[in-house]
Amino acid sequence: MKEPVDTSSPADRALEWGTFLAVAAALYLIFMWVPNEKIQGPVSKIIYFHIASAWLAFFAFFIVMICSILYLKTKDLKWDIISYASAEIGILFTTIVLVTGPIWGRASWNAWWTWDHRLTTTLILWFIYIAYLMIRSAFNEEEKKARFSAVFGIIGFVDVPIIWMSIRWWRTIHPNIVSAGGFAMDPSMVQTLLVSLGAFTLLYFYLLRKGILIQKMRSEFELLKQELGTNR
Amino acid sequence: MHMLTGIKAIVQKDLAAEFRTRELLSSMLVFAVLTIIVFVFAFDPTKAVIRQVFPGMVWVCFIFTGVLGLNRSFVSEKTNDCITGLILCPVDRSVIYFGKMAANLIYVSIVEIVTLPLFAVLFNYRIPLQTAPALVLVIFLGTLGFTAVGTFLAALSSNARSSEVLLPVILFPVTVPVVLGAVQATAAILSGAQTAEWLSWVKILGAFDAVFLVIPFVLFEYVLDM
Repeated sequence: MKEPVDTSSPADRALEWGTFLAVAAALYLIFMWVPNEKIQGPVSKIIYFHIASAWLAFFAFFIVMICSILYLKTKDLKWDIISYASAEIGILFTTIVLVTGPIWGRASWNAWWTWDHRLTTTLILWFIYIAYLMIRSAFNEEEKKARFSAVFGIIGFVDVPIIWMSIRWWRTIHPNIVSAGGFAMDPSMVQTLLVSLGAFTLLYFYLLRKGILIQKMRSEFELLKQELGTNR
Repeated sequence: MHMLTGIKAIVQKDLAAEFRTRELLSSMLVFAVLTIIVFVFAFDPTKAVIRQVFPGMVWVCFIFTGVLGLNRSFVSEKTNDCITGLILCPVDRSVIYFGKMAANLIYVSIVEIVTLPLFAVLFNYRIPLQTAPALVLVIFLGTLGFTAVGTFLAALSSNARSSEVLLPVILFPVTVPVVLGAVQATAAILSGAQTAEWLSWVKILGAFDAVFLVIPFVLFEYVLDM
């Protein structure tokens, strides 16, 4: 039998505390320290979550592609576990981007949604990785699930720049009614944003680690179930 | 040279099998015409709005009909385990892909050749004759991109239990640039716009086609199941 999954190594502990402190620091800076944006008022604080979530989601999808390539090269299931965990986190944070965006947009542009190229690309990105999860759930065998989703993880990410380009070109010939508008950043806002980005990056690795552990526990559970089944 | 003979053989095999029953092509054609009928009821054909939505309707029809054909492309090879025979052919795996893609391209093109004049007639839409070469180019590039990525994903989804449902869901998000580029370019050409206006769309279509015709060389061997 394999050794049980370890969740309390010093590295895990350090990551946990690091994430906790970084998120606490980011929250302090966002809500107590940084001044409100002059025109938009308190609602402008949402950008620290919005931009950081968008960064995290893109980073997560990039990791999906890298691990997909590594899986196809090595056929080592550990890469598949990482790309699955990363795709789930990416979808979660893309959803957060798609929810916080309209809230902010409603307050500052007076419209929930606009077919701006950033919004549209994010929405398509969300659908691509929903498709990634659907491919995973369509296959039972571990090896097929890993292989087919890895292939899709690669072509999905390769497609993103083309989607971005085509949608941007589409929006330039049909100019937006609500312009994205300049967002003059005070140095204190830039600093807060950077801390927030850092905190979200740590949060990504923390969630990734948890996701990987859950996957490992699941496969051990399956093994145990099989052992019990054969002994009986 | 060896590769081209292989592709030709697979296309011939697919077309021979298809023209023996005409099962797929006839249902694609009927479905395409039905889509036109649905559009006629959805948008009043006598209103001026037709001029604006015409390119969009045409492409929705082509793409939905295309999915119908793509769905069968590899699933039909599952009967009697024909796919294993194909895989055992002494050729590179990408030959199978390009053969299948060419066959799909032919099916969709036949549907397009029949449907586009029907669209023009039923909606009383005049397609200026001098725009024909540009229109053919855009329709070809759009269809090529759609079938290129579609054939690839059809091979992937054919291994799943519910492949008919899976394929559209994984295909449509990836083909966004094709739909966007093809519809916009078609609209610009039909409205008699300057060449420069639709040329950038042709470039995007070309880039998409190039990317998704190169990817199968590397990745197609992974989506075929042994």
